[in-house]
Amino acid sequence: MDTGSKRTQGVLSRSWQVLYHDWASDKDAFKQVPWGKAMMWIFLVSDTFVFSCFLIGYMTVRMTTVEPWPVPSEVFALTIAGQSIPLILIAVMTFILISSSGTMAMAVNFGYRRNRGATAALLLATALLGASFVGMQAFEWSKLIHEGVRPWGNPMGAAQFGAAFFTITGFHGMHVSIGVLYLLAVAFKVWRGDLDRAGNYQLVEIAGLYWHFVDLVWVFIFAFFYLW
Amino acid sequence: MAYAEQAEREAVHEPTSFITRYIWSQDHKVIAVQYALTAIFVGLVALVLSGLMRLQIGFPGSLSFMDPSTYYQAMTMHGMIMVIYLLTALFLGGFGNYLIPLMIGARDMVFPYLNMLSYWFYLLSVLVLLASFFVPGGPSGAGWTLYPPQSITPGTPGSGAGIVLMLVSLAIFIVAATMGGLNYVTTVLQARTHGMTLFRMPLTVWGIFMATVLALLAFPALFVSAVMMLFDRLLGTSFFMPDMILLGQQTEHSGGSPILFQHLFWFFGHPEVYIVALPAFGLVSDLISVHARKNIFGYRMMVWAIVAIGVLSFVVWAHHMYVSGMNPYFGFFFATTTLVIAVPTALKVYNWVLTLWRGDIHLTVPMLFALAFILTFLVGGLTGLFLGNVIVDIPLSDTYFVVAHFHMVMGVAPILVVFGAIYHWFPKVTGRMLDDRLGKLHFWITFLGTYAIYFPMHYLGFLGMPRRYYAYEGYEFIPQSAHDLNAFITVAALIVGVTQLLFLYNLLHSTFRGRPAGPNPWRAASLEWQTPQTPPAHGNWGAKLPVVHRWAYDYSVPGVQQDYIPQTVSEHDMHGLSADSDEEAD
Repeated sequence: MDTGSKRTQGVLSRSWQVLYHDWASDKDAFKQVPWGKAMMWIFLVSDTFVFSCFLIGYMTVRMTTVEPWPVPSEVFALTIAGQSIPLILIAVMTFILISSSGTMAMAVNFGYRRNRGATAALLLATALLGASFVGMQAFEWSKLIHEGVRPWGNPMGAAQFGAAFFTITGFHGMHVSIGVLYLLAVAFKVWRGDLDRAGNYQLVEIAGLYWHFVDLVWVFIFAFFYLW
Repeated sequence: MAYAEQAEREAVHEPTSFITRYIWSQDHKVIAVQYALTAIFVGLVALVLSGLMRLQIGFPGSLSFMDPSTYYQAMTMHGMIMVIYLLTALFLGGFGNYLIPLMIGARDMVFPYLNMLSYWFYLLSVLVLLASFFVPGGPSGAGWTLYPPQSITPGTPGSGAGIVLMLVSLAIFIVAATMGGLNYVTTVLQARTHGMTLFRMPLTVWGIFMATVLALLAFPALFVSAVMMLFDRLLGTSFFMPDMILLGQQTEHSGGSPILFQHLFWFFGHPEVYIVALPAFGLVSDLISVHARKNIFGYRMMVWAIVAIGVLSFVVWAHHMYVSGMNPYFGFFFATTTLVIAVPTALKVYNWVLTLWRGDIHLTVPMLFALAFILTFLVGGLTGLFLGNVIVDIPLSDTYFVVAHFHMVMGVAPILVVFGAIYHWFPKVTGRMLDDRLGKLHFWITFLGTYAIYFPMHYLGFLGMPRRYYAYEGYEFIPQSAHDLNAFITVAALIVGVTQLLFLYNLLHSTFRGRPAGPNPWRAASLEWQTPQTPPAHGNWGAKLPVVHRWAYDYSVPGVQQDYIPQTVSEHDMHGLSADSDEEAD
């Protein structure tokens, strides 16, 4: 028991030492990490702060406004075949976006295996899923605009509802749209064989980081805006 | 294959034409100079604005065009330009760009193209900002903090097009700073040369690195508040705008939170203080060590202090909001964290002084500026202790004491470092020395002048003279002595302002006519002075990257003839160095 805990302690302090030496050593702090990938990670941390500030801002105005907040499950309900189903469109959108993370992960996997065709096809599929997400978002926006929701006010309640909705989903939708273009560009490069010539498929993985991030942000928007 | 070998390759994009070499340049050294010149130019605009403001305060009515609106516009633009477009851009875009790759032994930033874009976005943001001088209604006059609701309410100067251009310009600047910042951080982490471990990096690199991390995490809050305020202004949303009666009319806004803006703004605004201060800390550490011919005292503690200050700077923001109406317990929390920051900061001051202790102090121009920085930062820091405490802050809030405090600690102190660093690294950039006599004249007038300006302001603050007033006549609580002091301050400010022309002349003259400097005029040990050419050529290091064997602070090492050992000298070379150094000495 005693020796066991000592051994654990030894392993722990050794792994701390390894971590320390890795970090403090010359050339690179993150071993085997290409520059582009390191930079993408740092960018995503910064972007996390952007979305956090948007979400915190939204929560603050939701608390400060004296008008009642519109009920999301009613506002975001669709009437299908005579039945009002709450949040159905958002559920489908979320499902599609999460699925696109799956195809993205598969694209990265096939990239590691140097399977040019499958990688390009899966990237294309990811981009298509992303584009359909943006399309549904456009549908949702036009439906709400049709119902009188505006950034400066809406018939259901607090004016901040429209302001926060359009700002946050708009900013996220912009990220998805940029991501779609980005994925198409990477897919094109893969298909043309650029990455085989470069000798590695890092570009796919870096695009994947961005895409997964955009999906993860959506989960938070979904939770804080639609479910709250 | 290790990705670190990316750095080994020859620098790509060797520029061939004038345009690719000096205009659309991807070379970090050229981009640094572009950043620095643009920042200095826009800083001069802000300097002129401060002169106009001082003339109005010291000699009311002396400028025929100065009405309250113009005064507030001058004040707003002065603050915003100095903090963001001059200091932030100069420290990160200027010094960061120039020194990081040279000090860590890289050929360039890791993504030169992005680096180039960063500068052009910065230039665009400056142009958009300056354009607001020429739109109907003029630039924003909301104060540099741009607090809503007043900043976008009709009646505030520049609440039309001025504030829109200001916010757009800030958003563009943040994009530029992000592109640059990603480059600096990645370069420091992933592109160091052989033997350049993190704990062998000069403190300059540590300071700029940490400041850039702060920028990447703090600017998002400003970005978000700028976007939201733009929407409030242009789309009529109510993020920050509460219900208001304006000229007897209910405005269209309703239910927003003005204090949300203050939280977002200061979540950016306080780290911003350290985005400016940390590079200054780093640069000044190197200046002191080189010119006192001593290793920096407590190097590791200096590094950890930089890191600790950076982390703490994110949990002190609401000390700017003691009078904004917060839960009193928040005040307690933020006062505590604010005072805790004094610990690593004081540690740095002690270490600078201990570096000087029994050093071989050369009173060169860079050293004079460095010493002046220590004094000024100490004065500004001590008044910060007053303002950090809620109970002392409340009566001093919005008085000239605050103006004196922040100008000392984050205006004058970093600018002194900027000057010192320019005098120090100018020979590296141009291959020529700045004129020494002009430099000393510039130093003494600037140093003594700033004290003549800001010391009396502390006293004015105690007298209760409020800041942000356009004119101070006709208030019974302001005694005659305050008016006399204001006139005195104005004269001092104008003298200091005009003296900066001396510096500009020195820069211009020495660039072409200065005394040739040679590769290492200060006999400095750090890597940037060991380049094969001076000024460094494209790619910095010729065919092979340098190999680093020691830290950057081997000065006056016992038993070694030469009083400094460059970072590139190995133990093996050392034997050779001490053997034939006798001959060299003759």
